[in-house]
Amino acid sequence: MAEARPHRRADRPATLAIDRLRIEIAMQRGVARVVDDVTLEVWPGEVVGVIGESGSGKTMTALSVLGLMPRPARIAAGDIHLQGQVITRLPDAERRKLRGDRVAFIPQDALRALNPVLRVDRQVGEPLNIHRGTPWEKAKQRAVELLGAVHLPHPAERAREYPHQFSGGMQQRAMIAMGLALEPELLIADEPTTALDVTVQAQVLKLLREIRDTHGTAILFITHDLGVIAELCDWVYVMYAGAVLEQGPVERLFGQPAHPYTQMLLRATPTVRTVQAELLSIPGQIPQPFDLPAGCRFADRCPQRFDRCAREPPHIQVESEHTARCWLLEGEPVRLPHESGIDAMRPSTRSG
Amino acid sequence: MSAALTPATASVRHHGVNWRRWRLLAIGGTLVGIVIVCALFAEVIAPYSPYDLDVAVMLQGPSAMHWLGTDEIGRDVLSRAILAARISVQVALVAVGVGLVGGTIIGIVAAYFGGWIDLALMRLMELLFSFPAILLAVILLASLGTSILNAMLAIGIIFIPGFSRLARVATNDVLRQHYVDAARTVGMGDGRILLREILPNVVTPLLVEAAVAFAYAVLLESALSFLGLGAQPPEPSWGNMLNTGRGFMAQAPWLGIVPGMAMFLCVLGFNLLGDGLRDAFDPHLRE
Repeated sequence: MAEARPHRRADRPATLAIDRLRIEIAMQRGVARVVDDVTLEVWPGEVVGVIGESGSGKTMTALSVLGLMPRPARIAAGDIHLQGQVITRLPDAERRKLRGDRVAFIPQDALRALNPVLRVDRQVGEPLNIHRGTPWEKAKQRAVELLGAVHLPHPAERAREYPHQFSGGMQQRAMIAMGLALEPELLIADEPTTALDVTVQAQVLKLLREIRDTHGTAILFITHDLGVIAELCDWVYVMYAGAVLEQGPVERLFGQPAHPYTQMLLRATPTVRTVQAELLSIPGQIPQPFDLPAGCRFADRCPQRFDRCAREPPHIQVESEHTARCWLLEGEPVRLPHESGIDAMRPSTRSG
Repeated sequence: MSAALTPATASVRHHGVNWRRWRLLAIGGTLVGIVIVCALFAEVIAPYSPYDLDVAVMLQGPSAMHWLGTDEIGRDVLSRAILAARISVQVALVAVGVGLVGGTIIGIVAAYFGGWIDLALMRLMELLFSFPAILLAVILLASLGTSILNAMLAIGIIFIPGFSRLARVATNDVLRQHYVDAARTVGMGDGRILLREILPNVVTPLLVEAAVAFAYAVLLESALSFLGLGAQPPEPSWGNMLNTGRGFMAQAPWLGIVPGMAMFLCVLGFNLLGDGLRDAFDPHLRE
């Protein structure tokens, strides 16, 4: 029978627990719900993937964890817990202390994320100076060690160079080294490999896996690339139009996709590298966040739409902790009732 | 200044010096270099003391003894023109410094914090901008009192709006770059972002502007000294020398021509240097 989530322990809180988060942006045309009722967990040592098209709310979810959402966006409901502590309503100064210290962020485009006029060692050592007050000389020495730890060749010499002298893969390694400087509990990676070519991409993924194995860092990995998810992640959340449509262990979700959207995503992926191009073959477009349909938000594009889709489905258990928000599931006699599917997502260790 | 820049930057793309690209820097740098050497070593270079009067030789034309002639009380014009370079350079340095620092702070702060801070600071800058420079300087000197130090300050204040606008535009540009967002993700605060992420990325256009402002500062100082609001006699300044020369246009034209030419060459030098620096830093002109 299906096993429980392998990284979950009853004796410690989740590294990151997002609880029914709703993020709204007030616009002239109305309130846009860019993230709607998202519940998500990342446990220590776990790599969790969030997959979705542009506009699915995956990046906004990540930014809300950092407390760096663009100005008009606000958290309308729900909470974000970091190691059991609610951080949603912390003042800005407290949120800032978490960033780079307990939560690190790896952006998509490393070159553009590095300051062009500062040498790499100063940038990699920066978090040490910010959060620990480490003197610059020591911070720079540590930067060299960190660059070595992410397998940058000749770290001592390369550390004295400027970002533009690095290749794309080396820049991303430098960003990862910067992220690791203070051994954060949580690493959030927002499409860190999208801008890289395939071989370099594989190296960066290997490095992330190595970091997870050696430091037990929890990783939240945001991508639109199913292949990357399959290669790296333990658990995956499929986001669409601001909501999680399906979530579960990677092997099961890929082996037995329950939601028609996930099924179409997988079917539109004959090989790893054509995900993006083929995604376009799902007819229709992702609905606008200020104009969400009343029922299931995928109904417009769903080939298996039926009358119940006019109401929004809850998460329904597919098997064990693998759930999906689709009414089709209820009809299946082998499925368990959906109530326990929701309960299964809420660990008993969660504290207010 | 230019000599140090030239080989380092040139070697990035060119093997061998591209004369077309560096001639502005070379000519401007040479002229500015002469002015600066005069300012630093006036006593050594000047053939006579610029203050010693000798009624026996007053209003003499250029000769082997006094290459550029003597003035109405027999002082050596060449020596005075050389020492006047010192006042000009001093005033320009302090004034450009005041304008550069003040304008940079105001511009960066306005762009970074935006909103009403931006609105208030920029309206204040426009208010300053709306006065003709010389009028503003006269107003400031009238309220601060006439002295060379106040002249420096007044000219500096005139420069603040220009630098602040430039700094604001450059900062807005930098704020659109991802590295500022990335800096926030490692927990940098506003102060650190301003100093380490923004400032180093906006200095280049400001330094180029500073070279051009230098030329303008020299002119403004001369204008103020001409009006009697800058350097006070017997301290020589190209401006007050020109004013003296005005009274002897017919008998002793060199009294006006010499400081005028000195000013011309100095201003030309700084302008060429500014253009040269701009070209050197402009990525579009790099090929």
